[in-house]
Amino acid sequence: MAPILEISKLRKSYGSTEILKDINVSIDKGDFLVLVGPSGCGKSTLLNCIAGLEPITGGSILIDGQDMTHVSPKDRNIAMVFQSYALYPTMSVAKNITFGMKVRGVDQATQDRKLREVAQQLQIEAYLNRRPGQLSGGQRQRVAMGRALVRDPKLFLFDEPLSNLDAKLRVEMRSEIKKLHHRLGASIVYVTHDQIEAMTLATKIVVMKGGVIQQIGTPQEIYNRPANLFVADFMGSPAMNLIPARVRGTQVEIDRPGAAPILLSDPKVAGLPENVILGLRPEDIAEAGYRAGSDVQQAACQIDLVEPAGADTYVVSTLGGKAVTARLHTETRAAPGESLDLAFDLGKVSYFEPDSGRRLN
Amino acid sequence: MTEQSPPPPRRTFHLNLNWLGVMPFALFVLLFLVMPTMKIVVGAFQRPDGSFTFANIAGLFTPSILSSYWISIKISVSSAAIGCLIGFLMAAAMVLGGLPRGLRSPLMTFSGVASNFAGVPLAFAFLATLGPLGLVTVFLRTEFGINLRAMGFNILSFWGLTITYLFFQIPLMILIVTPALDGLKREWREAASCLGATGAQYWRMVALPILFPTILGTFALLFANAFGAVATAIALTGSSLNIVPIMLFAQIRGDVLGDPHLGYAMAFGMILVTGLANVVYIVLRMRSERWLK
Repeated sequence: MAPILEISKLRKSYGSTEILKDINVSIDKGDFLVLVGPSGCGKSTLLNCIAGLEPITGGSILIDGQDMTHVSPKDRNIAMVFQSYALYPTMSVAKNITFGMKVRGVDQATQDRKLREVAQQLQIEAYLNRRPGQLSGGQRQRVAMGRALVRDPKLFLFDEPLSNLDAKLRVEMRSEIKKLHHRLGASIVYVTHDQIEAMTLATKIVVMKGGVIQQIGTPQEIYNRPANLFVADFMGSPAMNLIPARVRGTQVEIDRPGAAPILLSDPKVAGLPENVILGLRPEDIAEAGYRAGSDVQQAACQIDLVEPAGADTYVVSTLGGKAVTARLHTETRAAPGESLDLAFDLGKVSYFEPDSGRRLN
Repeated sequence: MTEQSPPPPRRTFHLNLNWLGVMPFALFVLLFLVMPTMKIVVGAFQRPDGSFTFANIAGLFTPSILSSYWISIKISVSSAAIGCLIGFLMAAAMVLGGLPRGLRSPLMTFSGVASNFAGVPLAFAFLATLGPLGLVTVFLRTEFGINLRAMGFNILSFWGLTITYLFFQIPLMILIVTPALDGLKREWREAASCLGATGAQYWRMVALPILFPTILGTFALLFANAFGAVATAIALTGSSLNIVPIMLFAQIRGDVLGDPHLGYAMAFGMILVTGLANVVYIVLRMRSERWLK
């Protein structure tokens, strides 16, 4: 089966400034691809290139096996949901939703049937005669999605659709989008700068920085085995601890203030360069006694800060000259200024080269 | 010991000195707009001896005055319509077209100046270019054999005055419609494109309905602008074209043939027409701002 979207060697420049560099991505039918990265990384530009709203400088874009590189947006059989919703203020909700069908000459009976179906699906029947200006942000978001759904496209494109909503509504709408994806089996390309959105929605994530793809993978791959320091730092909240360390045979040596360095045994480091960055997620550092396993090793650490966060307590210590966060249980005895034995799960550790930032293990 | 409620806070009067900043303007409006307007309205219903009468208003319905109103309305409508069309196309080319961005600032500056260029200087400029011996008239006749006068064009005519008015009508349209065109969101066009609409469908079904209140409102403003233009009309045509401002001037210039109170009634009629046009403009502008928010 041909991929529903296949992007090969795509390049995009504005004058001499190269915005997208050698982008290669493909997704299968029913995939939920999330493009994630910081502001200015080129993710929205890539989405606009897929939609045909931005001409590309080089490469090709195939949708369902057909070359769409130079095809106009209206003939690509895509539907896009915009960050600002892009609803037409002079039209009612119903007319906004049926706009696409009307301009394509779909008969009135089909328009009415699809409008009813989508309105029911998104629970917006009560607002059909209202104008967008009379709706809340969440309702506008549903209307924008309804307008895309009635198009029945091969590919849905979402450009940061939740970024204008408040935190609570964002979580609700995120769940609804996920349910909709499961129900329809739709193929979706979704842009966000929010890594939680990326992790919860995606079947495949593309992490971008400076117009270059840093890593492509499932949410688990991206989270557990980040390809480089940028991905390790960007994905996850709190971010992965990135601790400067030295390799001594099969041991890793980490400096700590006011005491001898910590020595952790890890056979994986054999053959690695002397200076490395050790990456460990906060949840992979526990209070001694609360984490067991052959890969778990303990060390006493001076606690700088304790941050209760309801379900967990975050404690901050200094290792290798960096603030290191550990996610502990709520009953922890940790107190600022005191020493606490922490358990490091080296089975989950990532090693990176300090200069290039690339993953070593 | 009985509890005593605290005394109510004493009201103190604070003079807000910020209002002093608008005092000169308020005074100016009072002296040169409100008071003359009141004088006109009251005078329209008075005889020379000061007694109340409807005779002046009834005098407006004589054939010559009705005809002058009709000509004024026709000139105002034509100059407003043509000004709207050309101004809109120019602004659209500047904002949405592929014209160089550097063109915008000089065009807007010129529009700001030209929209206020009227009266004797404007009349002279057009006489000097399109008058019987104007530069353009002579150039077309000598270089291309095109005789504007033989073709029926006369600067001291209906179309002559309309073309002259366009000099300030087009820039005024550009000044007002440019922010509205800026307000058209790029995403509206992109969404229409993704949904399968052609450029013409986008304009017909999305952009023009959004811009319509602005365009219609500006038409009303341009109409009022032309209807109330006195100095340009008098300077250009003298008494050869019986439009309301010229008929009005004939009544109040102080000679024995004039009837100042009939002049007040004519001015009162002009206030009503331009006032109505301005109300239409304000209402439609509020509506368009709602769309473009």
